[in-house]
Amino acid sequence: MAVDQATVRRIAHLARIAVTDDEVEHLEGELNAILQWVEQLRQVGTSDVEPMTSVVHVQREMRPDEVTDGGYPEKIVANAPLRDGHYFTVPKVVE
Amino acid sequence: MTDLTALTIAAARKGLEAGDFTALELTDAYLDAVDDAATLNAFITPTPEKARQMAKASDARLSRGEAGALEGIPLGIKDLFCTSGVLTTAGSHILDGFTPGYESFITANLWNAGAVLLGKLNMDEFAMGSSNETSYYGNVINPWRRSGDETALVPGGSSGGSAAAVAARLCAAATGTDTGGSIRQPASFTGLVGLKPTYGRCSRWGIVAFASSLDQAGPLTRDVRDAAIMTGVMAGFDPMDSTSINKDVPDYEAALSSDIRGLKVGIPREYRVEGMAGEISQMWQRGADWLKSAGAEIIEVSLPNTHLALPAYYIVAPAEASSNLARYDGVKYGLRAEGEDITSMYENTRAAGFGAEVKRRVMIGTYVLSAGYYDAYYLKAQQVRTLIKNDFDKVFETVDMLLTPTTPNAAFAPGEITDPVTMYLNDVFTVTANLAGLPGISIPAALSGEGLPLGLQLIGKPFDEQTLLRTAGVLEEAAGFDAVPGKWWVEK
Repeated sequence: MAVDQATVRRIAHLARIAVTDDEVEHLEGELNAILQWVEQLRQVGTSDVEPMTSVVHVQREMRPDEVTDGGYPEKIVANAPLRDGHYFTVPKVVE
Repeated sequence: MTDLTALTIAAARKGLEAGDFTALELTDAYLDAVDDAATLNAFITPTPEKARQMAKASDARLSRGEAGALEGIPLGIKDLFCTSGVLTTAGSHILDGFTPGYESFITANLWNAGAVLLGKLNMDEFAMGSSNETSYYGNVINPWRRSGDETALVPGGSSGGSAAAVAARLCAAATGTDTGGSIRQPASFTGLVGLKPTYGRCSRWGIVAFASSLDQAGPLTRDVRDAAIMTGVMAGFDPMDSTSINKDVPDYEAALSSDIRGLKVGIPREYRVEGMAGEISQMWQRGADWLKSAGAEIIEVSLPNTHLALPAYYIVAPAEASSNLARYDGVKYGLRAEGEDITSMYENTRAAGFGAEVKRRVMIGTYVLSAGYYDAYYLKAQQVRTLIKNDFDKVFETVDMLLTPTTPNAAFAPGEITDPVTMYLNDVFTVTANLAGLPGISIPAALSGEGLPLGLQLIGKPFDEQTLLRTAGVLEEAAGFDAVPGKWWVEK
């Protein structure tokens, strides 16, 4: 399954990364090389193999449904590049 | 006075307890060494004032007889660990100015044990790399050079700053993280001991996430005893990490004895890859002979799905990374590049903030998780991961441990490997332990013909770090590796 430049642009948009025409050309080659290399997994029969979803199987302990953290909005917004009081600010979303 | 930076943790601990020198003297010796080593670019953020403050507090505790397990020991911390009030970058432009308001579980454990923070160490951006060439803060240079050759070499990655700093005696030990080999491969390239514990042994809370099902923190140290000391402090149950395992932390240092009689050590035949350098296979054979003369039984075993590990890794890790790195959006912290609407603000921020390798991996991850491809790539890779884990489960029915080389080659020069897939092959021997969640350790075992360190790797059963460390100690003693790099980086 090779990706073309249109697909590279589509993936970049899904990943929310702006790409230049130059980058698209480079990425097309690089992504195809990587995808071609992982292609070898297709040769492996796995129809009766369970996918591994966690490395160690543990029964998680239950805990009371209580608030145990929070209450420090100043700390939460302290690193925001733009803020208004205790709010993060972003470009206008709703007209 | 002897050079304090030459001491291991164990030796420094003894000297501090005996009052031969103070924690402040020890810290100052390291701070001077850090100052002299700017060429290596191992530190992103040195913290000299904080270090001296912490050392003074250690001296006070030492004089009151309240010393912790790492009292007064100066450490470097990979810049992937959040440190309260200290810039944390993950080697990325996108975390510009990020100063966490909290401390990672592991670093909190280290400070509670009395350790001193010398600074935050350089690394591949978001831990994605095997040569420390992807950091926004520039390449880290390996303190080792080929004999009679002044060509700069990479320290390995992604914990490249950690490896260079410990090898150059800029800190007594350092923390690292290992997602596909990022502790063991740089340890091998710099003549250090590097331990990746069992997945779940050390909490990931407060560590910037790369691939959550593979990431595990561990130490880079000068010797096996120091690795045992560091791991004992770093490990432990943490309710804040849902994959942290609630199991007592054994006394790893006490487990170090040279008795490995009756131990069964497997040699996986699939690791004998085509074109392996003669000196690497000879070192591997010597390692097996050393264990045999110490009373271990050497058994050839098979891990038939080994060749699938790297391709599976390069689906699973980017997939998890693309999801984990979605949080860098220019809103909550770090860099922000404006745009005409919110989507272009996101896209411009991430375009400006991520480097080429991170973009590549986020895009691969996005692609393999996208509609129509999930089953073909991601599900398939997870199934292959099961096959790899099954291989290990099967051989661990007959052997206690596996012995392999850590890397297929010694350190190389920056810019020497430009093709991503060739770079990924550096992790061919280490990545399997991450996929299966197993503990692995690299021990310096030989110098190459060119005078560069080469490492042997042991892979153990889950939560059997004791046997792993004990066996590593036997290899260490037999190898007698005592070479150190000449201090060419210090300007006379």
